[in-house]
Amino acid sequence: MQTSARLLPWLAGLSVLCLTAGGIWGFFFTPDDFRQGSTVKIIYLHVPAAMMAINGWIMMLVTSLIWLIRRHHVSALAAKAAGPVGLTMTVIALVTGALWGQPMWGTWWAWDPRLTSFLILTLFYLGYIALWSAVEDPDTAADLTSVLCIVGSVFAVLSRYAVNFWNQGLHQGASLSLDKEENVADVFYLPLLVCIAGFVLLFVTLVLLRTRTEIRARRLQSLLARERMA
Amino acid sequence: MPDLGKYAVAVLGSYGATVFLLAVLVGVSLWRSARMRRALREVEARQGTTHG
Amino acid sequence: MTALLLRDLRLATRAGGGFGLGLAFFLLVAVLVPLGVGPEPALLARIAPGILWVGALLACLLSLDRIFALDFEDGSMDLLAIAPIPLEGVVAVKALAHWLVTGLPLTLLSPVLGVLLNLPGPGYVWLVLSLALGTPALSLIGAFGAALTVGLKRGGLLLSLLVLPLYVPTLIYGAEAVRRGVDGQGAPTALLLLAGITAGAAALLPFAAAAAIRVNLR
Repeated sequence: MQTSARLLPWLAGLSVLCLTAGGIWGFFFTPDDFRQGSTVKIIYLHVPAAMMAINGWIMMLVTSLIWLIRRHHVSALAAKAAGPVGLTMTVIALVTGALWGQPMWGTWWAWDPRLTSFLILTLFYLGYIALWSAVEDPDTAADLTSVLCIVGSVFAVLSRYAVNFWNQGLHQGASLSLDKEENVADVFYLPLLVCIAGFVLLFVTLVLLRTRTEIRARRLQSLLARERMA
Repeated sequence: MPDLGKYAVAVLGSYGATVFLLAVLVGVSLWRSARMRRALREVEARQGTTHG
Repeated sequence: MTALLLRDLRLATRAGGGFGLGLAFFLLVAVLVPLGVGPEPALLARIAPGILWVGALLACLLSLDRIFALDFEDGSMDLLAIAPIPLEGVVAVKALAHWLVTGLPLTLLSPVLGVLLNLPGPGYVWLVLSLALGTPALSLIGAFGAALTVGLKRGGLLLSLLVLPLYVPTLIYGAEAVRRGVDGQGAPTALLLLAGITAGAAALLPFAAAAAIRVNLR
């Protein structure tokens, strides 16, 4: 609690800084792409949000494992805190993707593998959050959601490959791998990096803040229980 | 304001939607945090148990 | 284990056990879809594999919450948990029982519904094969979902929200096997992948489900 209290303002400040800097840089000071026109500016939101949506799930998987193996309570609460944040990120990625797809592909939505897997990821997030809110006893809820998260991860990966098998897509491949020729050009790359840093920091900040809220909620519950006993 | 050409709606829409969604997320997180902090302080004051 | 299987089957087939409900639902889906999209044979033939698979999946979903709920309520689950057979085995047997009363009849009924939906000739073999290989996975995944929600008062809706995303790979490979079977190319690949999912689910999910039940029994 103390460490996170000291870290929190710094993280919040840094994420605001990176987001504004990256956003302004990306929005005002980057050239238009010769094929995509000004829509290329959406990349500064779309790519970081999509990355954090997936990383958020991975973080939930890791914290769930820590909870199941080491019974570290804060770990379970951090997983719970990350759920809605990750869900928001998937929604942002989907919405910006639709707005980008409309002028570029002539359609808001296509049953493209990447888009479809993202929609499925959204469903996984929804199920996970719903299970958290449905179970009353906190330890039971933590156990059940952790198991769901692990099984869900396996099936999410399976779905990814199944969806690839099912349809070839419109979406381009990875735009940020380190060893490929088709990466985005530097003019777009640098502000994108700043934006990604901003989204990562924002994610960490929000998860910390929400975890602190969850810890307080736990303490409140136990204090109230003690009051009822007395 | 940069010239966005014919794609202004898409670009501004994306930025708008993202800012809105993030603002809602941050707002809800902050609001819940503040509310929980207040509730906890109340109960702690009532019971005289303050630490951490 | 055999005794448990027979007991579950008897309970399911007795009145009020919900046996046949899934079948009737499956039939209704196959009747309602042509009413909704129009009777044009070519269109029906194209969407038949998908409709039949989605129908089978939803019919399977209907009876999932019964897998553990009754035993959990009357306390038999506590007895099963301390019984000499491991809880993982109990889960597997119950999933098998569920498959025998839903998945297997659905598979056997599906060619008839294929006729209703004007499924092209070469599709029938693949339809029956893919359902036979795929529905066990549906029962196993469903048993896992039911194990997660068994302690909840109104778990039914949540159960579908949790289970349906997990059904995605099975559905894709299953329907794809039939569609490719109709086109006459590449169906065995999809079928093998489907069988792989079923085998993987049979090997791993009983452990996850048993863990969830132990948590819920605490």
